[in-house]
Amino acid sequence: MQTDTRPVLHATGISKFFPGVIALDDVELALYPGEVHALLGENGAGKSTLIKCLTGAYGRDGGTITLDGQEIDPRDPLSSQEAGIGTVYQEVNLLPNLSVAENLFLGRQPRRFGMIDQRRMVRDARGILSEYGLEVDPARLLSSYSIAVQQIVAIARAVELSGKVLILDEPTASLDRDEVQLMFSVIRRLTARGLAVVFITHFLDQVQEICDRATILRNGRVVGTLKLAEASRTDIVTMMLGRQLEEVTRHPDRGVPGEVLLSLRGFGRRGAIEPFDMDLREGEVVGLAGLLGSGRSETCNAVFGADPADRGEARLRGAPLGLSNPRAAIRQRFALCPEDRKTDGIVGELSVRENIILSLQARQGWFRPLPRARIEAIAEHYVKALDIRLASLDTPIRLLSGGNQQKALLARWLATDPALLILDEPTRGIDVGAHAEIIALIERLRADGMALLVASSEMEELVAYSTRIVVLRDRRQVGELAGGEISPAAIVRAIAAEEGAAKEEVLA
Amino acid sequence: MRHSTKLPLYITIATFLLAYALCIAEYPSMLSTRVVANLLTDNAFLGITAVGMTFVILSGGIDLSVGSVIAFTGVFLAVVLRDTHIHPLAAFVIVLLITTLFGAAMGLIIHYLEMPPFIVTLAGMFLMRGLAYVLSTDSVPIDHEFYGWLQSLYWKAPGGGRFRITGLLMVLTFAGAMLVLHRTRFGRNVYAIGGSAQTAQLMGVPCARTTVLIYAVSGGLAGLAGIVFSLYTSAGYSLAAVGTELDAIAAVVIGGTLLTGGSGFVAGTFFGIMIMGLIQTYIVFDGTLSSWWTKIVIGVLLFTFIMLQKGLAWVTTGRIPRASASAARS
Repeated sequence: MQTDTRPVLHATGISKFFPGVIALDDVELALYPGEVHALLGENGAGKSTLIKCLTGAYGRDGGTITLDGQEIDPRDPLSSQEAGIGTVYQEVNLLPNLSVAENLFLGRQPRRFGMIDQRRMVRDARGILSEYGLEVDPARLLSSYSIAVQQIVAIARAVELSGKVLILDEPTASLDRDEVQLMFSVIRRLTARGLAVVFITHFLDQVQEICDRATILRNGRVVGTLKLAEASRTDIVTMMLGRQLEEVTRHPDRGVPGEVLLSLRGFGRRGAIEPFDMDLREGEVVGLAGLLGSGRSETCNAVFGADPADRGEARLRGAPLGLSNPRAAIRQRFALCPEDRKTDGIVGELSVRENIILSLQARQGWFRPLPRARIEAIAEHYVKALDIRLASLDTPIRLLSGGNQQKALLARWLATDPALLILDEPTRGIDVGAHAEIIALIERLRADGMALLVASSEMEELVAYSTRIVVLRDRRQVGELAGGEISPAAIVRAIAAEEGAAKEEVLA
Repeated sequence: MRHSTKLPLYITIATFLLAYALCIAEYPSMLSTRVVANLLTDNAFLGITAVGMTFVILSGGIDLSVGSVIAFTGVFLAVVLRDTHIHPLAAFVIVLLITTLFGAAMGLIIHYLEMPPFIVTLAGMFLMRGLAYVLSTDSVPIDHEFYGWLQSLYWKAPGGGRFRITGLLMVLTFAGAMLVLHRTRFGRNVYAIGGSAQTAQLMGVPCARTTVLIYAVSGGLAGLAGIVFSLYTSAGYSLAAVGTELDAIAAVVIGGTLLTGGSGFVAGTFFGIMIMGLIQTYIVFDGTLSSWWTKIVIGVLLFTFIMLQKGLAWVTTGRIPRASASAARS
């Protein structure tokens, strides 16, 4: 609830420069007592940089922070904590090897005759936690409780130590629905006590449920601060993405999709993606659209067996199929180009040639090495076919540009002649030229009869090549667009649509 | 899940009791105050060293210098008592100061230069061994009357066991360490740093002070162990106590302390020491076995306990009770 009182925390003109980058440019943030304030923005918008400037983890290059009317200058997380700003991160910053009570009281344990008074500490901890609606045994190890309980213990510690402003950095990212409600009940108790809470998340449903106001960042600038009661979700998404949502010309010739290759029913993984149904046909590109954290990558990983589904069934051309690990998926000629090329894709020190044949060789088995001539032929074929620009096949792949690395990774999987190709953010971080080539390649593969599943945050790109688009929100499928109804505006509408209204709105 | 952290401790105690029962079954005379008294006396210096090592390992570090510190302490005492007229008690104070400061210096380097404890204490090991050589390359006997008096102090228990002052010192060290580790903020900070140094720092644990203190405790206790060792052998020799650091680490691990830090009990270390001493006693009683069997049994025990820890970690991480949402909505 916003009140007319002065803001408890007021940051103005916050700027932060990194070499060659302006991370924050004249950012203002005002927090009122008793409000939950959402900080929204896509990746790289500057949310975490702003938080780090507020908590003193980064030194800021400009701007002032006032807390309760007093100017403060936090130099490190401890000093901001003492000033009154507590922070809880997604990955719990507590000690799992100590008891719940010790985590609450570490550094300020009650003492008697110079010795820690265990009994009093446990009793006090139980008292504090019951205020948060948590009935746990504080004498037990922190690690014996779920992440949700650990998060709440972390919140309790932050509030006990600081007690004016609480910053929650994606606290719900690894919680399931009941646990999110538990977290929200705790947040409501705190705001009732007059605390100001900053809530950072990618889940817009949660923002609208718990937050009073939102500040939206894009490219290090504040795009706007709005009252959530007065804003529609479409406004928020449009502000976050900041794109002119003009219609993109679609290639008219989509061809006719072939047989159903892979059919998923009730497929899902606890804490990653809610159960969904999906059919992937030969000669069809299925696009996965949604904001960051909506479950795009999770869907890709579940289909490939990298983070195997724990419910539902998969059928390959009608026959039951187990997708419990990537090896099983590779055996069925599935292929996945992961989102994080550098850590999950390339083997940086190996040559381009070795990187290209890696999957083929792995499928064949390491005791039956591919003949040298064949390796050479495959590598040269794909370098030519995909126009990978390099000095020689012996070049270590890490020396290639992002676009060429991505093409080499595609070559790796194309060499295995996949039936289903899963691409997670195939165009992230590559230049415009390579971007167009990869889109053209996706078109070509579809025309050749391959089934493709492509996750991307670039809506124009999805619109350009997808036969169908599945829209995800909060780790759930919320809509599907096909044929003429595919357009960036329709995707935004589907992402922003209110609960339950998604499908109708799309059809309308 | 309290029992899951204490389980290794209980297993260690059970192992000791079982091993002792088996020994008694074969040699009934092993159930005597003599054997118990000798267990304490013979392992006093190793036990005191292992207490310091427990602090270090609980914090996620390692201290390889303790064996050399023991040798240095022995040679230092022998040379000082031979060449000067300083009273042994004064010499004890001086040598404890030196070894404590030496440990603190290693802690400073480990913390501020962010060097791995393994390398820093390896350097410390060579340094102290070298200093011992500088003082004397020969074994120097100690024949001070104060030493004779200390050695003559014992309590003769019914059954003929002689409980000496060194054994008492070890037991007191263990008791003190338990109090410090579990009932003081410094002790809890040791566990905190062992859990995650970065998180501990964020939670306001004074990491610099704690790290320096931990290695100072280890160095100081190694010095104390050196004094006990010189009382035990009545000599100082620069080649003494080679490999003691490894015995101490073995005792700590057998005692159920996690080598990665953050979990374990000093009481476990005590039983680790007792188990190792018991094996040696058994070999003496048997008379035909080579003393190398001690090493073999300790090796097997170490493997067993490491596997056990892995197994326990695997079992406990699989069964985490979730928070009941209904409890929270109340």
